[in-house]
Amino acid sequence: MTATLDPPVRTSPLLDATRPPLRPVPLRGAAVIAEVAAAGLTGRGGAGFPMARKLAAVNAAVTVTGRTPVVVGNGSEGEPASSKDRVLLTTAPHLVLDGLAVAADAVGADRAHLVVTPAAVAAVRAAVAQRSDRVPVDVVAAGEHFVSGEETAVVAGLEGRRAVPGDKFRRVVESGVHGRPTLVQNVETLAHLGLIARSGAAWFRSRGTAAEPGTALVTISGAVARPGVFEVDHGAPLRDVVGLAGPRGETPVLVGGFHGAWLAPHEVAGAAFCRASLGTFGASPGAGVLIVLPAGASGLAETARITAYLAGQSAGQCGPCVNGLPRLAAELGRVAAGHGSRPDDRAELYRLAGLTEGRGACHHPDGTVRLVGSALRVFGARS
Amino acid sequence: MTTLHLDWTRCRGRGGCVELLPELIGRDEWGYPLTATDVPVPRALRGAAEQAVRDCPRMALQLSPRFAE
Ligand SMILES: Cc1cc2nc3c(=O)[nH]c(=O)nc-3n(C[C@H](O)[C@H](O)[C@H](O)COP(=O)(O)O)c2cc1C
Ligand code: SF4
Ligand code: SF4
Repeated sequence: MTATLDPPVRTSPLLDATRPPLRPVPLRGAAVIAEVAAAGLTGRGGAGFPMARKLAAVNAAVTVTGRTPVVVGNGSEGEPASSKDRVLLTTAPHLVLDGLAVAADAVGADRAHLVVTPAAVAAVRAAVAQRSDRVPVDVVAAGEHFVSGEETAVVAGLEGRRAVPGDKFRRVVESGVHGRPTLVQNVETLAHLGLIARSGAAWFRSRGTAAEPGTALVTISGAVARPGVFEVDHGAPLRDVVGLAGPRGETPVLVGGFHGAWLAPHEVAGAAFCRASLGTFGASPGAGVLIVLPAGASGLAETARITAYLAGQSAGQCGPCVNGLPRLAAELGRVAAGHGSRPDDRAELYRLAGLTEGRGACHHPDGTVRLVGSALRVFGARS
Repeated sequence: MTTLHLDWTRCRGRGGCVELLPELIGRDEWGYPLTATDVPVPRALRGAAEQAVRDCPRMALQLSPRFAE
């Protein structure tokens, strides 16, 4: 990205293609965990979980089980409106591979898997061939469904099973690939780790906010002049972030992708791109997907369309997900088409949402309910 | 406290768990147990919960000492 856009983009350490590859990473081994904790790095795959805690959990599981752990870079990017992982993997694959190597050292892994969107497999394999990492990296094409990138689905795929989410009675950090303690991190998280291992926590904290340090990649699409991937500071005004892509008018924005939440135009104007600010609107940065609604488009109809897509992407395993998501999509479609303008119809949507939320092996139902709830909040005022 | 965990990928619904633990588990309109994925089990229901785990034909239920998340 260009360094002339200022703020929120100053420079893009992640997407700087001029960075020389294969520079040695000075900080290795267990010392990395303290540095990651000091940096405050959180996961960029959607949930925003602190990476240092996951590293510590894997190390604790290794102590308990005595088994050698596995590290997995997750570049599945099942979300259709996201391209940041593919762009990162094709622009700066060595940064991700640095992070994967550093993570493998931090937990003492002897195996590393990099699961990437099929379009990036060749570029990443070429990069792997230029390196001589201690831990061999196996590059695998991800499944191409919305839920293929969920961590238990990724583990299942690596074990040669169908890449669908599984039950989480045992956590992946304790028992992942072939029952081994497993660290799954989004590829962007790993790229940040690679940079932290070179430049340290203080450098990482020079961007973002004190509570949510660092930058994040965002993918902006919809009614914009320049759709694409941008690197932004956590805490940047949301309007400036969306402004990078040249939005066509002040319209609602879907923040956090298909499992995200809508913000009304005046909320976009007042919000910042971080969990603290977006949380007050029931949203979160998620994996950085921002979709700008075209002026004049119906937010309810667009949400009904997305909900129908999400219902079709259910892995078809859990009763409430299989039954509830199509019902939610159909009811929302009715409301959007104007056949459901009675308060009762909205009550039925809330009832279905309550029946679906929290009742699946993965968060697919919860994410869908969040989307529908936000659409009712932002677009459903008429009753 | 003991937690009852339901593996939704195994459960096929319409099972006896609802009759054994009416205090904890209802039935939704599709026949699936109306409960969260992890439910704390009060001491008085411990025996019934163990029975439900044993009787589930799909081995979808498990007890753990873990807290519900
Ligand atoms: C339905 C669903 C789909 C997901 N898809 C992806 C994905 O494509 N890529 C990804 O990195 N994480 C995805 N996740 C999150 C992963 O389960 C996991 O939290 C993440 O890879 C951990 O990495 P992080 O902590 O670095 O973000 C998904 C989660 C859910 C519930
Ligand atoms: S909740 Fe839905 S998407 Fe997730 S594992 Fe169950 S059926 Fe599949
Ligand atoms: S008995 Fe088992 S399979 Fe049947 S409804 Fe209960 S949990 Fe599901």
